[in-house]
Amino acid sequence: MSLIVFLPAFAALILAFFPKNTDANVFRYGTLAATLAVLVAAIVAFFFPGGLHFDASQAQLQNVELFSWISSEAFTIDYFMGIDGISFPLIVLTAGVSVLSMMAAWSITKQVKGFCILFLLLETGMLGVFLALDFFLFYIFWEVMLLPMYFLIGVWGGPRKEYAAIKFFLYTLFGSVLMLIAILMLYFSSDLNTLDEQTILSTHVVKTVIAGDGSLSAAEGAMESLRARGYTGTVGDKKVHTFNIMALAAMGQNGSGLFDTELLLGWKLQHWAFLLLFIGFAIKVPSVPVHTWLPDAHVEAPTPISMILAGILLKMGGYGILRICYPICPEAGYDFRWFVCTVGVISMVYGAFAALAQKDFKRLVAYSSVSHMGYVVLGLGVWSVGTSQGYNWEYWDMGIKGAMFQMIAHGVSSAGMFFMVGVVYDRVHHRNLEEFGGLYGKMPVYSGLAFAIFFAGLGLPGLCGFIGEVFVVLSVWNFSYLLAIISAAVVILTAGYILWALQRVYLGAEYKGPHEEALTPINSRELLVGSVIVFFAILFGIMPSLVLRYMDATIDHQAQTLTRVIQTIDENRAAAALDSSAESFDGMPTTTADQVNVRHPLNGIALTKPAPKMSAQNN
Amino acid sequence: MDLNSLVQSSIADTTGSLAPFAPELILCISIMGLLLIRLLPFGDRIDAGYLAAAAAAVALYFGGPWSSFVSPSAEPAELFGGMIVYDSFTVGIRALLLAFTILFVIFTKFSGMPGKEDATDFYCLILGAILGMCLMVSANHLLMVFLAVEMASVPSYVLAGVLRGNRLGSEAALKYSIYGAGAAGVMLYGISLLAGLTNTAHLPSIATQLSVIVPELSRPEQMVLMLATLMIMVGLAFKLSAVPFHFWCPDIFEGATAEIGAFLSIASKAAALALLVRVSLGVGVLGPDRITAADIPRPQIESSEESDDPNIAGRRTENSNATDVGLFAVADEVHSHAGDSSDPASSDSATTGLPLAPVRNFIGVLIAILATVTCTFGNLAAYGQTNIKRLFAYSTIAHAGYMMMPVPAALSLAAAHPESARDAVSAIVIYIAIYMFMNLSGFAVIAFLRNTLGTGEIADFAGLIRKAPMLVICFALIMFSLVGLPPLAGFVGKFALFASLADGYQLTGETHLIVLLVVGGINTAISLFYYLRVVKVMTIEPESELLSTHDTNVIGYVPLAFVVVTTVPIALWIVNWNQLAGWSSEAAQQLFG
Repeated sequence: MSLIVFLPAFAALILAFFPKNTDANVFRYGTLAATLAVLVAAIVAFFFPGGLHFDASQAQLQNVELFSWISSEAFTIDYFMGIDGISFPLIVLTAGVSVLSMMAAWSITKQVKGFCILFLLLETGMLGVFLALDFFLFYIFWEVMLLPMYFLIGVWGGPRKEYAAIKFFLYTLFGSVLMLIAILMLYFSSDLNTLDEQTILSTHVVKTVIAGDGSLSAAEGAMESLRARGYTGTVGDKKVHTFNIMALAAMGQNGSGLFDTELLLGWKLQHWAFLLLFIGFAIKVPSVPVHTWLPDAHVEAPTPISMILAGILLKMGGYGILRICYPICPEAGYDFRWFVCTVGVISMVYGAFAALAQKDFKRLVAYSSVSHMGYVVLGLGVWSVGTSQGYNWEYWDMGIKGAMFQMIAHGVSSAGMFFMVGVVYDRVHHRNLEEFGGLYGKMPVYSGLAFAIFFAGLGLPGLCGFIGEVFVVLSVWNFSYLLAIISAAVVILTAGYILWALQRVYLGAEYKGPHEEALTPINSRELLVGSVIVFFAILFGIMPSLVLRYMDATIDHQAQTLTRVIQTIDENRAAAALDSSAESFDGMPTTTADQVNVRHPLNGIALTKPAPKMSAQNN
Repeated sequence: MDLNSLVQSSIADTTGSLAPFAPELILCISIMGLLLIRLLPFGDRIDAGYLAAAAAAVALYFGGPWSSFVSPSAEPAELFGGMIVYDSFTVGIRALLLAFTILFVIFTKFSGMPGKEDATDFYCLILGAILGMCLMVSANHLLMVFLAVEMASVPSYVLAGVLRGNRLGSEAALKYSIYGAGAAGVMLYGISLLAGLTNTAHLPSIATQLSVIVPELSRPEQMVLMLATLMIMVGLAFKLSAVPFHFWCPDIFEGATAEIGAFLSIASKAAALALLVRVSLGVGVLGPDRITAADIPRPQIESSEESDDPNIAGRRTENSNATDVGLFAVADEVHSHAGDSSDPASSDSATTGLPLAPVRNFIGVLIAILATVTCTFGNLAAYGQTNIKRLFAYSTIAHAGYMMMPVPAALSLAAAHPESARDAVSAIVIYIAIYMFMNLSGFAVIAFLRNTLGTGEIADFAGLIRKAPMLVICFALIMFSLVGLPPLAGFVGKFALFASLADGYQLTGETHLIVLLVVGGINTAISLFYYLRVVKVMTIEPESELLSTHDTNVIGYVPLAFVVVTTVPIALWIVNWNQLAGWSSEAAQQLFG
């Protein structure tokens, strides 16, 4: 699996040794071959039995790679990668979109060598983000993407490329710095001692071997080295910290109260961590009001990079929220449910209205991304909501699956939309919606493909955009009628701006802009890219189970677990409220819930938990 | 105790102190050797640079953490009657300084900065300054603090103006020395106030004294104590170029050559930082040997100067070797409550240093404020710079801010969580080590470009990547590393540093630590902008007129190789920083109990 991640970087290294004046096609085909190799490797390795087989029926992590990386007194960092139902579809999407966008990169003629090298480094970063399960490693891959992206926009971009590139960089870096703060806070309050041995094994804190019947046991000497670090299995003075995302999630869910320390403003640590992480991811998604880098970056970036940006980079925000925010800080996610959902809905509405107002074809597509990614945030946010009918995890489950499907579908359709804009921009060198028209007559095949892709973006039933939106809207209905109605209404706005754009560009009697002579039918390379995208847009639209079957097990498992956690939290709160009201009734107001009997969320064992308190240190 | 035995014991102490002091002695001898060798007939033909590098290498060999010659015991020891402390921290930072000296001399050889005429003077001054810095790192007495600071500063003043006939350089040297003299004066005043208040200038004794007198201080006395701390901090802040004592820094860096910039920004800063750690921990924390004072039986010798305070028993410390009674009698007074020696439990409560908590807090908040202002100001002021050396000057100011950040964390953690405090100090050591490579290769690029292009204006570097792609890639890596972007080494440093703040905040709940963490994080994002601007000019903008007259590979292959070799660690350190982390935590090992 590391092979898949580092294959592009390795290819970049090889390309770096070719002299500068080598034929540009060598670099292009070399890069294309590398991205294809990643795609083939991902498909062969994960779909077919043997080796790195991915078993969709299992909820757990699979194909884990775990090595000790840094083990000093202050830090323990592992090189920890693995796939499950959440990351697997995104990996395949990344590999696929990379191939397509590299095929679209033939239009790049300036400094092809540098472009190809940076492109491959970017792919390594993207794959790494989806596979890394150690928080430190995750952060590194997260940032590794920034540099290539900056240069790809800054060097090969449009007229305002420098402004757009630095804006992208600053926004993302700001978000990731907040994320780093949250990571450190979580790390230093984590304690492996709250996890029993079975959980240690299932979260892969130590190296494990899988027995024939599928059960996990620790690899030789692995448990011993963990004990040497102070692991006893019982909570003591010494905390054993970890960056393991899975283990952190287990700590966040087991009712140990590790992340409940009260910090500034009386908020618990997990509320702060959730907020910081959420801002970091929301910048990437991007959600209103931190979305402003996106239209600039998209408009200025060259076509293949726009495809990558919209098709993959935006998905990292959603992935981060799903993988990190909710599992580690479930209570905070529960408390912030209205906040998250509102952010999602505002993004949808704002993005749609902004798209309606655009004159620039690419900017319109960019704002449509803001709007579409709003569905993702909403679908994920709905997740942490209990309904009046009790705690039914299936509604939440549907929201997450809708969000995940929306990410995949948007990855296909938005990459396609940007490609379609790029094709016409390569010919006439402008994107002004007012100066198009009549393209259908001049480029019939291209226009046909474009119609299909834009309809997929619109969410027409039978195409890929529909499924995700319907899932999300249906699950929101159970949370809030108002939000559900608004989000359903956004579909009308979406239809409005997409149909209007199609009308202005492709229909009409004649072409109104400059360079009319350049409007030649698309060549076979463009046809190939376009038809592959259309093929998948239709395929996912009529057979959503193709995608859903890979994520079902993992997401069901996560939704069920977290539902129980939320339920416990609610019950505890009700009990505490009851206690305190009873006590204040007795006239003993202050010494409330210092010792609240809480139920262990996962197995229902009652355990006594001291109320969260700042570790008092008075000197 | 008669005079004879006093002399005997101080001779024994001095000779016993010589072995761990060997690296400094080697430096002294080689400075004299460098000066005298010119008198010999063949002296002209010997290159002073190689001699200096060899001297540093020999000193490193004898002074490094691997050398059994200087570290006979694992215990920290006080040398020369308590003037100097010799522990893992001394060894660690001193090794860094000496290693830097070697790299620096090699760098000057490639850049050809001191001409043949000046070479001897130049390298003598460098070695002299390094000698002073080694003393700064190990200073254990306020007098020594002052002497070491001056010893490091005076050669630096000269170095700033070493290029003859360079008006800017001379102006810089003058500014530097006037500023330095002022700061030194203020610091000396602070030292005398503190010494007057506590009757001693020996740092650990000051801590023990303070722990007794602080709870009983009257209001004016408290003011005096605060004033003294502030004034000492002024001197240290000057060496660190912390805001508001940074004004000299951009002028010096612009006026002096890039080589001197590299030297001042790395060696001087590292030593000043180490001294800051020494002084603040020395004053604010009871020394490790005192913490266990109650448990370890040791000979009790009556101090020659009886204190009026019944709480202060004149008591020998373990490692001052019964020699300096007459000299530093007050220094030996150890805070020890009468009942403590038999009762470890109650001595435990004494070891948490509760009486010192306000002192620690005051120093911690003071440094936190300094760090915040320094970091923010440095980053903001760097925006407007058009000269690459001035930009780097502000960058070093900002980095001084970052590097000061773990000190408040260490202070807050020192009493109750010594292990975490150690991690905080080791974060500083990690940062210094990485910063050394980043700034050295950064200034190397600047110096090499100056040699061929004769300019330091950022605009003149436009489009450099088309002429010298490898150089620009290296320089971009250095710049991004200075921002602290993973996977470059700068991130490792920043990560360790921020981690110590987060740890400190969670363990102690001190608000100023979380503020520092947030400030550090936001500053990282701000700093991106100006570093990136330089990279942008070099890569994205069209070629400048100046460059179009030059061949490809503007600076020549040998300098390029030097840049590449010093950049490789920056790019690859993240793959395995286990050694660095382990080594730095070893260096910080003995600072806390």
